Amino acid sequence: MVLRPIRVEAQADPTNVDDQSYLTATKSRSLWADAARRFFRHIPSVVSLVLLVLVALFAFTGNFFAVWTNSEVDWSVLGRVPELGAPSLESGHYFGTDDLGRDLFARVVQGSQISLMVGIVGAGIAVIVGTVYGAVAGYFGGRLDSVMMRLVDILLSIPYMFVLILLLVVFGRSISMLFIGIGLISWLDMSRIVRGQTLSLKQKEFIEAARASGAGHFTIIFRHIVPNLLGIVAVYATLLVPQMILTESFISFLGLGVQEPLTSWGALIAQGASNVMYGTLWQLLFPLGFFIVTLFSFYFVGDGLRDALDPKDR
Amino acid sequence: MSEQDVILQVRNLSVHFNVPAGGLFGGHKVLKAVKNVSFDLHAGETLGIVGESGCGKSTLSRAIIRLIEASGGESVWMGKDILKMNSSELVGLRKDIQMIFQDPLASLNPRMTAGSIIAEPLQIHNPEVTKAERTKRVAEMMEKVGLTPNMINKYPHEFSGGQCQRIGIARALITRPKLIVCDEAVSALDVSVQAQVINLLMDLQKEFGVSLLFIAHDIAVVRHIAQRIMVLYFGEVVEIGESEQVVMAPSHDYTKKLIASVPVPDPKEEMKRREVRRRLRREAAAAA
Repeated sequence: MVLRPIRVEAQADPTNVDDQSYLTATKSRSLWADAARRFFRHIPSVVSLVLLVLVALFAFTGNFFAVWTNSEVDWSVLGRVPELGAPSLESGHYFGTDDLGRDLFARVVQGSQISLMVGIVGAGIAVIVGTVYGAVAGYFGGRLDSVMMRLVDILLSIPYMFVLILLLVVFGRSISMLFIGIGLISWLDMSRIVRGQTLSLKQKEFIEAARASGAGHFTIIFRHIVPNLLGIVAVYATLLVPQMILTESFISFLGLGVQEPLTSWGALIAQGASNVMYGTLWQLLFPLGFFIVTLFSFYFVGDGLRDALDPKDR
Repeated sequence: MSEQDVILQVRNLSVHFNVPAGGLFGGHKVLKAVKNVSFDLHAGETLGIVGESGCGKSTLSRAIIRLIEASGGESVWMGKDILKMNSSELVGLRKDIQMIFQDPLASLNPRMTAGSIIAEPLQIHNPEVTKAERTKRVAEMMEKVGLTPNMINKYPHEFSGGQCQRIGIARALITRPKLIVCDEAVSALDVSVQAQVINLLMDLQKEFGVSLLFIAHDIAVVRHIAQRIMVLYFGEVVEIGESEQVVMAPSHDYTKKLIASVPVPDPKEEMKRREVRRRLRREAAAAA
């Protein structure tokens, strides 16, 4: 091992500065800025983040590049999809067509929008409801905490896939019902995690300091507890998005999720998988590719965030 | 000192905790952390509270200002019992009584800048103060405690322990309180920084006329800053009196032990103290 000389930067005497710099605030780095610096040094997460941005761009601007709309049927390929429906640049079917002769590119764009939306809405509900619920339960503690957390326990003990399927069967298969179903379950784990963190945070001296200086419960929760929770919430939320996408895809794969003419990655994969034997492999590979890339990217970003925000690292 | 300038009267204050006795149906035992403590605090005075770890110093200080609920007794602030105040009266009280904590870094929110930490009590108690005025007052206060105003946007982890404690002091002083409870305010700092912080506290006390309730386990530190010393042992007051008298002529054996346990940087003196410690131990053994 080569020992390098340690360079010590001379500490400027803080009281011996000229009048100009005495009053102008010096630059400083918040914990968030520190975490961002660590995150951007971690190459897999940065690559994943770029991929995610590209998928999102694809989902929301893809329609401008599509030659066909997602509901148009290309009558020239209908009936001869395995021979004529393959991906090609001349016909304008960049990703080929599905078994009904619809443009798969436009369909994947539409499916990406829905799948990403389900993931983000589900995680969003989890972040907002779960954080507030968990922080309130953990902060007040005692009986309120017991009641609130037992409620979570009860909801968690119900097999949610069963409830979700029942909801969709009883109230009809609609995308709003799917959002409601996913929203109902997504925040439960989050509230548990947040509560646990709050329990340890509220023992910290700065919470007591805030109480001693007369801050109300509301101020303490939203100024002192929640900002210190956001790191873990951010990590968990990025891991929750792919989980939500998976849930939705599973439901759609079963045929209970989004209904025609809407579609999602799960629904497209289901269609592609059922036609593979006719030699239309592209119908499976394109939606599956987007699905896998997105899930992996979310997991890598979540991982990178966890490393960047880990307090043990500081 | 006259009766009028007594600002805080503590009478027979007790704090009991229920601790689980173990087992599923064991019920709980009562831990008496503070037992029947009474004392007066005068305006502008510093009262030191000393005792070993776990003797109830911190519990007492928090019970006095009702950060934890006392089990009995009174804590009368300016003629009004704190323990019977309603929540709006308590908020008013928090303006007059501030606190400085043991761990300088842990007592500052890591996600807030030094400026917003210091400004927070002002924001709570004087919401009418404009943002510009608030920043001005924070900068003034930072100068008073020996920080430079250009540090206003820095975060706690960018400061040293001593500087963090100065932020804590600035936060405690910004509302111009009448009493500051210093809970082991210098124990976590190294000796040279301890001296700086104590001198700062004494200077600020002279300037603002604030009373201090100074809690420490080190009687040498307390002697330097406090006019009177109260010695606590297992939640009970064993001795209270003028600092010099308590230190030079302690009346209770526990106080003598406490004084003898202070290390001195002089081998001969240390030998003498060791002798005292030994004698006290022999006497205690003989008495038992």
